[in-house]
Amino acid sequence: MDPGGQPRSFQLPSAIEDVPGAENWRSMYPYFTRFQPGDDERFWFYNSMHFPEPMPAFDAITAEIPYTAIGANTTRVFVLPTTLGIEHRIVNGRVYITAIPVTDPEEIGRRAAIFNERAGYYYQNWDRLYEGWKARIADLIGQIEAVRVPPLDEFEDPRVVTESTGVAQNHYVRENFHRCIDLFSKMWHHHTEFLMLGYGAYVVFFEFCKSAFPEISEQTVARMVAGIDVIMYRPDDELKRLARLAVESGLADEFPEGCDPDAVLTRLAERGEAGREWLAAFDAARHPWFHVSTGDGFYHHHLSWNENLAVPFAALTRYVRQVSAGETLERPTSKLLAERDRIAAEYRALLATEEDRGAFDQMLGVCRLVFPYVEDHKFYCEHWFTTRFFQKIRAFGELLVGRGVLEEAEDVFHLQHYEIDQALADVMLAWASGGEPLGAAHLRPIIAERKWMLEVLRSWSPPPALGPVPEALNDPAVQMLWGITQDTIESWYSQAGSGNEREVRGYAASSGIVEGTARVLRDVNEIGQIRDGEILVCPVTAPSWGPVFGKIKAAVSDIGGTMSHAAIVAREYGMPAVVGTGQATARIRTGHRVRVDGDRGVVTILD
Amino acid sequence: MITPHLTRPLICLRSDDRSSVGGKAASLGELARAGLPVPAGFAVTTAAFGHALQAIDPGGAIPRRVGGLPADDGGAIADVSAQARSSIVDAPLPARLRDEIADAYRALPHAAGLAAQAGDVPVAVRSSATGEDSGSASFAGLQDTYLWVAGADAVAEHVRRCWASLYSVESVTYRRHQGVPEDGLAMGVVVQVMVDPRCAGVLFTRSPVTGDPSVIVVEASWGLGSAVVSGVVTPDTYVVSKVTGEIVKREVATKLRHHQRSPSAPGVCTRDVPPALRDVPCLQDGEILALADLGRRVGDHYGTPQDVEWAIPGGGAGPQPQIALLQSRPETVWSRRAVRPAAAPTSRAFDHVLHRLSAPGRGAAP
Repeated sequence: MDPGGQPRSFQLPSAIEDVPGAENWRSMYPYFTRFQPGDDERFWFYNSMHFPEPMPAFDAITAEIPYTAIGANTTRVFVLPTTLGIEHRIVNGRVYITAIPVTDPEEIGRRAAIFNERAGYYYQNWDRLYEGWKARIADLIGQIEAVRVPPLDEFEDPRVVTESTGVAQNHYVRENFHRCIDLFSKMWHHHTEFLMLGYGAYVVFFEFCKSAFPEISEQTVARMVAGIDVIMYRPDDELKRLARLAVESGLADEFPEGCDPDAVLTRLAERGEAGREWLAAFDAARHPWFHVSTGDGFYHHHLSWNENLAVPFAALTRYVRQVSAGETLERPTSKLLAERDRIAAEYRALLATEEDRGAFDQMLGVCRLVFPYVEDHKFYCEHWFTTRFFQKIRAFGELLVGRGVLEEAEDVFHLQHYEIDQALADVMLAWASGGEPLGAAHLRPIIAERKWMLEVLRSWSPPPALGPVPEALNDPAVQMLWGITQDTIESWYSQAGSGNEREVRGYAASSGIVEGTARVLRDVNEIGQIRDGEILVCPVTAPSWGPVFGKIKAAVSDIGGTMSHAAIVAREYGMPAVVGTGQATARIRTGHRVRVDGDRGVVTILD
Repeated sequence: MITPHLTRPLICLRSDDRSSVGGKAASLGELARAGLPVPAGFAVTTAAFGHALQAIDPGGAIPRRVGGLPADDGGAIADVSAQARSSIVDAPLPARLRDEIADAYRALPHAAGLAAQAGDVPVAVRSSATGEDSGSASFAGLQDTYLWVAGADAVAEHVRRCWASLYSVESVTYRRHQGVPEDGLAMGVVVQVMVDPRCAGVLFTRSPVTGDPSVIVVEASWGLGSAVVSGVVTPDTYVVSKVTGEIVKREVATKLRHHQRSPSAPGVCTRDVPPALRDVPCLQDGEILALADLGRRVGDHYGTPQDVEWAIPGGGAGPQPQIALLQSRPETVWSRRAVRPAAAPTSRAFDHVLHRLSAPGRGAAP
């Protein structure tokens, strides 16, 4: 209740109005994503961490499938005692979510008995199971890479006859498209298999440290846990290695700032042995290390480095310059490791009792056990697999272009995957009948309208939360995966009212205070706009933004926790960062002078 | 017979010397000997007090009369203690003692590494109690502390004033209530080169708010630290991690008042902080970190959490902050609490996680 006795509430879902010009947004998403009348009774929050932009119709699959997978694991597989799964709704193109809690103590007890057995099995066999996981996920990646889009040549391959396969290739249009969707679903089941157990270990250690050292910063706790040799650093490390090779081979002059990657590669082929050796090293690095998304795997336009070489080349040219200037660019891994262990040892020594030290060792040990999964799964899942997945869907888009249904391959992402099914059936029928597919007349106006609506929806600033302010937020999934606590909600609530218009508050993710000019980037493809010394303001802190950290002097994000990759990178670069602000990109404009206070988690707009 | 010292340089003292120089002098000596930046100074010993009292009151009339006072006779206590104070303040010091204090005073600029000055170096003169009640006696702080005292005669006069504070109404009443015997009462006095602070305050080697032992909390305000200690100002608060050395919190307060040197007699007055300075942080990062380092060294020296008074002089700002350590006392609030483990080992390490995920959430999360 607020002081006036009114129940405290954010805007109700039913009170949200359609954005003018995009009233038909519902046509883009399945019926089960719409807010229902009863949803006004529940608390929802905008999942800007994963979905910072309006959802193209196809991309809504990156909500649908992950939530089928994580819910299966929490509700049915591991039977988490206090939470079921996540429900999601889309309004004006934005994804809102809520967790279904379990509150009945008897029910919690019944679930806990099963949970303890199953989760215990995983922890006891973690390393073996994680090795198995890596083999399984590699197999899934192999399968998605192997998916073929039938060319639909005029006449069938003679082997269909000579080997008597009995099935013509138009059949495989649907089967292989379904295979993509099915593999994406399996990937997400794998992604969420270890997720809650991994983050659970973190939360336990965080909470213990907070109770023993009430003033410890979350970033310091994170530093005790962090692995040093994690796979997510590899793509960047590869660029540094290539930069060193370029300088050693006397090729540095081929990498001027702002160079065109294709032109550089062409010229290097003409630079004799040294050029060819560098190109060979480059090709070796591209697979798999350039299968890294320029976003974090939730949008089709988050291309991989391989598809958008401008992104790695932006970093590469800078590294070449630095190596030429005599910098080593080595991450001092042994130093970082020693520092991590020193910090942990000193906190341990400050604990009051031997019992505390015993518990500390156990909890830290579990964190370090789960760390490889927590840090590395993103590379396999969101990056490598997902960029390959979108490439395959794009290939189906090309098929539809080839059959005259779509104008361009990217248009396929403006159709729901259920609608693509229909478009492909249309093509399969036409190929079989020798007639023409009917899709162009039907789909092109729909796609044109959706492209327009997405642009319009971009202008809408989604409220960070909807529905009644919860009395107590106690869902472990929401806390662990989204870093949202009762404090977050209170801060949203106070800012929704008459909060300080010049202040944006979030988590203090990396300490220090700087002032500078803001550069708001809503999309990683705009990464080229950032200028040296600017302050990055972005919706989400994603690993692939790594190269930009050499240029900026502070980072601000809408959502992200202390363990988000950008928070870690900001700490490594020693620059202030405030993450999880909920609304930095909505309230800060490019060109604003801002002060980023990474000690208190406050961003102040100075003009 | 060995004649006891009447004065001792602080640097020669240690904690064990409490009975001969009083607690404050012994503690400052201990810190100075440990290489910590205690302003140069000397102690007037308890033997010097005994020597002077012998001259003033050879028959022991003062302890006899005070010792005979009923604890609840406020009128009598006021009369008798006033007489005792004036006989101590008014009597000139025995010549040998007067000369020794004057010599020690004149040696201070050299000990402090100051250039030979034209005038007399200003000093702070503070009482240094020996009794069990030293904590409560020095608690009020200001009444037996005299600042910006300059000249050998003035120093001698303020030494007598410090001694006289033994016979303040509060001290006498306290002793009578506690039944503390009057015979053998003694007091030391500290004479230290005056630090004229740009800002000053207190640092805690354990958070006074949360008890967190992993941080150093620095409270700072403009002018003399007495403004912070007495609570006339809300100071800036800075929190530094002992482990990472990072400044994890900065709370810059609006500092309305400060204690400054009184323009007239030796002493202190409360003034408004100029508006342009009120919201300005009093410490730069380098100073915060240097203070945290000082706190770590003091804490390490004693092995127990400490509350430390410090000051940073104004004037020539060099690259290295010139921090003066004014006093260190053991932290008492959190140290007295029972130590309870926050968690205990479980039979399997991952049981911690299973228990947590089986319990309703507690709101804390990364």
